[in-house]
Amino acid sequence: MTLHARSSSVETQRAAAARLVYRKPDVLIDRATHYCPGCGHGVIHRLLAEVMTDLDLPAHTIAVAPVGCAVFIYDYLDVDFVEAPHGRAPAVATGIRRVRPEAFVLTYQGDGDLAAIGTAEIVHAAARGERITAIFVNNGIYGMTGGQMAPTTLLGQRTTSSPSGRDAELMGYPIRITEMLAQLPGVTYAARGSVADAGSIGRLKVMIRRACQVQIEGGGFAIVEVLSNCPVGWGMTPQESLEHLKGSVAEAYPLGVIVDRSAPSTARPAAAAATNPEA
Amino acid sequence: MAPRQEIEIGLRRTEAELEAGRRARVLMKGNEAIAEAAIQAGCDAYFGYPITPQAELLEWMARRMPEVGRVFVQAESELGAINMALGAAATGARVMVSSSSPGISLMAEAMSYMAGSGTPMVLVNVMRAGPGLGGIGPSQSDYFQATKGHGHGDYRVPVLAPASIGEAMKLMATAFELAERYRTPVMLVADGILGQAMEPVELRFRTPERQAFDWALTGAAGRPARIVKSLDLDPEVLERRNLALQQKYREIARHETRWEGWQLADAEFAIVAYGTAARVARSAIARAREKGMKVGLFRPITLWPFPERELARMSRQLHGILTVELSSGQMIEDVRLAVEGRCPVAFHGRMGGLVPTPDEVLGALKALRGRVERTRTTTSHDPATEHHPGDASANGTGVRTGARRRGRG
Amino acid sequence: MERSVVFAGFGGQGLLFTGQVLARAAIKDGLEVFWIPSYGPEMRGGTASCTVIVGDEPIGSPVVDEFDAAVVMNLPSLRKFGPLVAPGGLVILNSSLLGDHGCGRSDVDEMRLPCTELAARGGDDKLVSVVALGALVAHLGWVTRESIGAALREMAGRKRPEVVDADLGAFAAGLEAGDVGRAA
Repeated sequence: MTLHARSSSVETQRAAAARLVYRKPDVLIDRATHYCPGCGHGVIHRLLAEVMTDLDLPAHTIAVAPVGCAVFIYDYLDVDFVEAPHGRAPAVATGIRRVRPEAFVLTYQGDGDLAAIGTAEIVHAAARGERITAIFVNNGIYGMTGGQMAPTTLLGQRTTSSPSGRDAELMGYPIRITEMLAQLPGVTYAARGSVADAGSIGRLKVMIRRACQVQIEGGGFAIVEVLSNCPVGWGMTPQESLEHLKGSVAEAYPLGVIVDRSAPSTARPAAAAATNPEA
Repeated sequence: MAPRQEIEIGLRRTEAELEAGRRARVLMKGNEAIAEAAIQAGCDAYFGYPITPQAELLEWMARRMPEVGRVFVQAESELGAINMALGAAATGARVMVSSSSPGISLMAEAMSYMAGSGTPMVLVNVMRAGPGLGGIGPSQSDYFQATKGHGHGDYRVPVLAPASIGEAMKLMATAFELAERYRTPVMLVADGILGQAMEPVELRFRTPERQAFDWALTGAAGRPARIVKSLDLDPEVLERRNLALQQKYREIARHETRWEGWQLADAEFAIVAYGTAARVARSAIARAREKGMKVGLFRPITLWPFPERELARMSRQLHGILTVELSSGQMIEDVRLAVEGRCPVAFHGRMGGLVPTPDEVLGALKALRGRVERTRTTTSHDPATEHHPGDASANGTGVRTGARRRGRG
Repeated sequence: MERSVVFAGFGGQGLLFTGQVLARAAIKDGLEVFWIPSYGPEMRGGTASCTVIVGDEPIGSPVVDEFDAAVVMNLPSLRKFGPLVAPGGLVILNSSLLGDHGCGRSDVDEMRLPCTELAARGGDDKLVSVVALGALVAHLGWVTRESIGAALREMAGRKRPEVVDADLGAFAAGLEAGDVGRAA
């Protein structure tokens, strides 16, 4: 089975799509999501669905669902899914990868899942250079459990478990785990995008596509961190949350490609990638 | 359907069979024999993390799995190992992990997920002494963990307890078979002695037939997408899932209960013991028989499902039962539940990595017999043959505090 | 009937290897056998021991109340295992290392063997445990000499064929010493 070949039906769909303003990818299940109004997960699901469809991946995808707000991702993406215990998605994906070399293996995790309870699993999957594509949604909060402090919560940010704001002395500093991972030679591609506005979303899609292509091309570990919003958990309106995302959050977590070892000669610096949406 | 009859594993065969097999055997270390048996049973992938006393199992797999073109990964932790196993098993691969007690604790979480989602997998626990980091000596103190608890939630896993290296090899194939037939994790528990010892074994293996799984994740080409999961936030749905699990467990108990008896036909007393403790018991029984005591061995091979009906039946002919364990007394609770006070149940065990000696066990047998004889002379009836449902404390549970009772008498 | 022997001394004296040679020989003779080492940090702390139980029936208890024989190669082992030998049992002492030390018991046979010197005569003075095995087999006859020879060829030959002759030489030296000891 090759992942490169595009079926003619996909071409037909794309031709049809050219005449349409909007078309839902088939792999995105037509169903109202359980996400809160204004939440970024829906946008990220859709980008994934578009990229996977473009690359003809759904039929050979085995994806790993996280614990957290995206726990029901298998209700929205119509591909084979296994549920992982909290934090363990990279280990679960490793097991799949090793026994199913032909499959496209995808993980989707939040910040508590990936950067707190699952730190060992993500670091070692990356260190082993597991050929998997990891989507890491960083909204700086434990949304599912009611808005507690996450490892990525900004200094000063109020949450239900840091009611006076995150105090570095007591609660430590936010983790830039994608930068940490990017130092590992097993990581072929690491980038950080955002869902703050249309431009960001376009650039994010390029990153997600690249992270998928790395796997198709036989590269190592690929991760895209997505800065996302949690209006309910942050105590903001959706619009306020997006402004916040563009401001303080993006300042703490700089956007762009952090490392791309897939094609050393053509590796683009972050700034170039940022000006080159949807190639 | 009647529970499985007494089965023979290695202890009783005809002289001719023994002689034929004897010279063809090879000397193998328990950990390595278990690993090789898993490979021969068709294990596709092994994930592990070093821990004494099972490190040789991991090392054997590290060398052999690549040789036969299969998957070996040394994980970052036992958490990593078992979750790799979860992922691989969800695709329908035949998967195994192994560890020793502290590492098994770390695996509890994923075991619960696998039980809940119906993911087959074989886990080997080469038990060491606890609690905590404890020691590295042989132990059976994970009986509760294996049969009652381990992870969260209402689930059970079949637990196989070999008493010899040869039996462990045979049970590896059984373990994979049960795992796939019932879509469940299966545990095989050995102890440090079985892992570290060498015994002659016959290199005869069995590879369970592959089944086509209608749940395995292979990519949704040409079929609806599949989900392997345990989450159901709707209580009604989740209860139905639980009821289905319990139905499965009843089926397993009905069809897969395994045990072995030795010298039970005329026995007035029995030792109930499994694994290494059963071997000590066998030596003690041989000595007791030399002294004219009619003692037999009842050896559970499946710790869950526990052979309770068979032991209950047996208890009607017995004057007393001695449970011997490498623990403070865990299986004894299941023994008592099965016996329901029909005869006294006493205990002898050692902890911390120590193993009872045959003479210790013989001493405990004699103490039990003495206690039973005193009871019989002070009452007008025979407690061994009469059933007193209301008298359980005097017959059964009271016996364990016999030393105190004796002190008063 | 089950018979047990413990091989104890320093790591590097070939005790675990020698126990396995005995175990393999027992298999060749159609016997049942059980080999169990001390394991874990202990084996990295400089001391090593293994127990071999040989029997006609499948081996029961892997732990024994008392040993029928002990091969002791250093002082800590002598102190630990000397008292655990059954009355009437056999203690083989490596006098090259133990000098005049003994187990101080009158109810056991004590065989003092200059294992290092005897091993050197066989071709390699490190093969002290194989010498002791020779004496053990000569004295107790649990397994045949031929089976030990075959087991030695198998086990040594697998990894270091060049030492097979020295192993066989050490075993022969031990046998001879054991025969003399038995005749005396």
